[in-house]
Order: sequence, then structure tokens, then C-alpha cells
Amino acid sequence: MKYHLDFSWLPQYAPDILKGVMITLELIAVGGVLGILLGIFCAWARALGPRWLKAPVGLYVELIRNTPFLIQLFFIFFGLPSIGVQMNELTAANLAMVINLGAYGCEIIRAGIQATPKGQFEAGRSLAMSPLQTFRHVVLVPSLQRIWPALSSQVVIVMLGSSVVSQIAAQDLTFAANFIQSRTFRAFEAYIVSTIIYLVLAILVRQVMALIGRTLFPRRKAA
Amino acid sequence: MIEFTTWDILRNLLLAARWTVLLSLVSFIGGGLLGLALLFGRISPRRWLSKATGSYIELFQGTPLLMQMFLAFFGLGLFGVDVPARLAAGLALILWSAAFLTEIWRGCVESIARGQWEASASLGMGRLQQMRYVILPQALKIAIPPTVGFSVQVIKGTALTSIIGFVELSKAGTVVTNATFQPFTVYGFVALIYFALCWPLSKSSQILERKLNVAHRNH
Repeated sequence: MKYHLDFSWLPQYAPDILKGVMITLELIAVGGVLGILLGIFCAWARALGPRWLKAPVGLYVELIRNTPFLIQLFFIFFGLPSIGVQMNELTAANLAMVINLGAYGCEIIRAGIQATPKGQFEAGRSLAMSPLQTFRHVVLVPSLQRIWPALSSQVVIVMLGSSVVSQIAAQDLTFAANFIQSRTFRAFEAYIVSTIIYLVLAILVRQVMALIGRTLFPRRKAA
Repeated sequence: MIEFTTWDILRNLLLAARWTVLLSLVSFIGGGLLGLALLFGRISPRRWLSKATGSYIELFQGTPLLMQMFLAFFGLGLFGVDVPARLAAGLALILWSAAFLTEIWRGCVESIARGQWEASASLGMGRLQQMRYVILPQALKIAIPPTVGFSVQVIKGTALTSIIGFVELSKAGTVVTNATFQPFTVYGFVALIYFALCWPLSKSSQILERKLNVAHRNH
């Protein structure tokens, strides 16, 4: 094998990489926050919500969990404009990530809610709380705490999955790598660099999630 | 201009879906075999070996599958051979599935009570015998539902191979869209075909989990 790895392009293209990293971080920040909120809503609907809401939410969750993210993205970006819903590539990428994380988050959070002891609901009722108040003030936080590690992993998975948004020309880290390899013909090196950055980002996102976990559930010791 | 009927679209997508199924099978089986080998390394008492497999898993779980495919595609090319997309796609998917399956199975093996290891050791069994006759048969029962569940991830993972140019269901979706200008219909169908492949597996994973759990409780 006579091939010499060549990273001499790195300084010149560092700004492109940095821009890509920022877009990837923005995508996971927006997608993560809104996705978890959507997941909480759907988990509530599936576990405790009114009956008429359970079926449509269940359908949504099953549809998203059993189709590839790439197809969801293509459907939103290429498919929806033909029924008059048009958006730019970043909005489409964000929307796809929120919808995707919402479905996975729903099942994870639901498991947390269903592990709540029955007495907690009864205690809430005996304090004259409405079901929604019980959910908000009694059930939700311990439920989230229970499944926080699983939810953190899912956020990392969605972040890594976001590398396909370059396929609809959203200019994330993978887009930057594709751009660099098409300019320098150093494909292997460009992807090695971006892979390492993704690995660092995954560790970073995991740390941030752990930090959020520590602030959200301060007094309880993690089991 | 040629007119395409809905049946034309669906027929072409279904033909391409065969490649999705085939690639999924190859990746899942290949990943399973490699994963089993890695499992022995992961739970080995030799620290350097379990550390090394641990890093392998960390590496493949912490980087995007798409990047792994690009690296397989361009990395194999460095050896001066012409790399067909299906080779790079298969290789990346096998390495990726192996990492996840090893981690799933490690959890199952570790959930077997310590006493089982000690009992079999006191019967004079070697490490391989312990695994073969005592641990794996018990771990298998716990491992089936999550393993079936993971096969869904493999099928969805094959969609990414379209990006490095392997023509399977997703790529066919793009090709057919470019010919028919009906992205809504085409990607809708593509999603439905994926759903038809994945949903039975997801559902059976859930059912198996419930069934095997009940059996477990009766012990």
C-alpha cells in the first residue's frame, strides 16, 4: 500500500468544519429540546391521556420507529412541498429530528411513567390534585429521572443520525466533509477528521445530558 | 412524456426492496457472528482484551453509521482495489451491528447470576464449557427480544447505503422520484414498505419480551 495520509488541507478548511460543527450542534440542541418535550406529551397521551388521543399517537410512534430517518427526512423535504408545505433545508432537518426523537422519546418516557407506583397517583388524588396536576407535580420528574440515561443515549443516537441531513443540503458537519473531499480529493482523511469530531461531539452531548440530569434532579441520588 | 401508474412505481420499489432484505440479512448474520466472537473478548477476564473490545464498541456506537460507510468505501479504496458499493455497505453494516449486538448480549450474559459461573467452575468446567453449557443457554432466552428488536435498526440502517450508491429501497425511491416527479407518493410508498418490513419484527420483539418475561417470573 503506497498511500500517504495528507492532512495539509486542514488549516485552510478549518472554518468550514467549524461551521458544520455549529450547525450540527444547533440541530441537536433544537431537536433535543423540542423532541423531548414532544416525547413527554406523547408519553403522557399514551400512558394517561384520553382514549381518542391514544390511537393517533400510537400510530405516529409506530410509523416513525419503523421507518428510516433518511426516508422521513426525504418525505418532509421532497414530499411535503407537493401538497403545498414548503420549508428550507434546515427547518426540514430540525422538524425531522424533532419528530424522530419525539417518537423514540415517547416510548422511553412512557416506560418511566408506567414504573410509577400506583400509590403516587392515589396520593396526588387524595391531595385533591387533578390528574394533570398529579402528572405535572408528582409523576413527571421521578419518571424522567428513572429513564434519563436511556433518553441521553437516544439523544446521542439522534445526533449521530443527523449526519444524513447533508443529503438535503443542510450544511452540517458531514456536508463540510463532503465539500472538503470534493475540493481536495482527500476523501479518507476528510472523513477520518469528521468521524473523530463526531466521536467528540457524542461524548460532549452525553456530558451535557448528564449535567442537565444533575440540575433537573438535584436532591435525589442517582440510583 | 411517459406516464407512470401507481403500480409501476410500487413494482419498481418492491423489486428494489429485495436488496434491502438481502443486505439486512447479510449484515445481521455477519454482525451476529462477529458479535459473538467479540462477546467472548468483552467478558474475558483478561483486562486488555475486554478493554480493547470495549473501545471497539465505543468507537462504533459513538460515530455515525454514515461516516463508517464513507470510511469503508474510501478506506478500502486506498488499497488500490475498485470497491463496489455493496462491499463497503456490507462491511460497514457488519462491523456496526457487531458492536451493538455485543453490547446487548454482554448485558444478557452479565444478568446471569454469579453463582452459575461459580457452580460450573466448581464442576471443573473450562471457560468455553461454562459458556456453552451453562451461561449461553440461559442468556439466550433473555437475549432474543432485544436481538429481534435490533434487527429493526439493521433494516433501517441499510437505508444509508443509498448514500454511497448501493441501489436498494431508498435509492430506488430517489431514482423513481426523479423519473416520475411524484415525491409524495414515492417516498410514502418507500416508508410503507420499510414499515411492512420492520413493524412485524418490532411487534414480535415486544410479544417475545412479554412471553419470556412471564416464563422467567414463574421460576
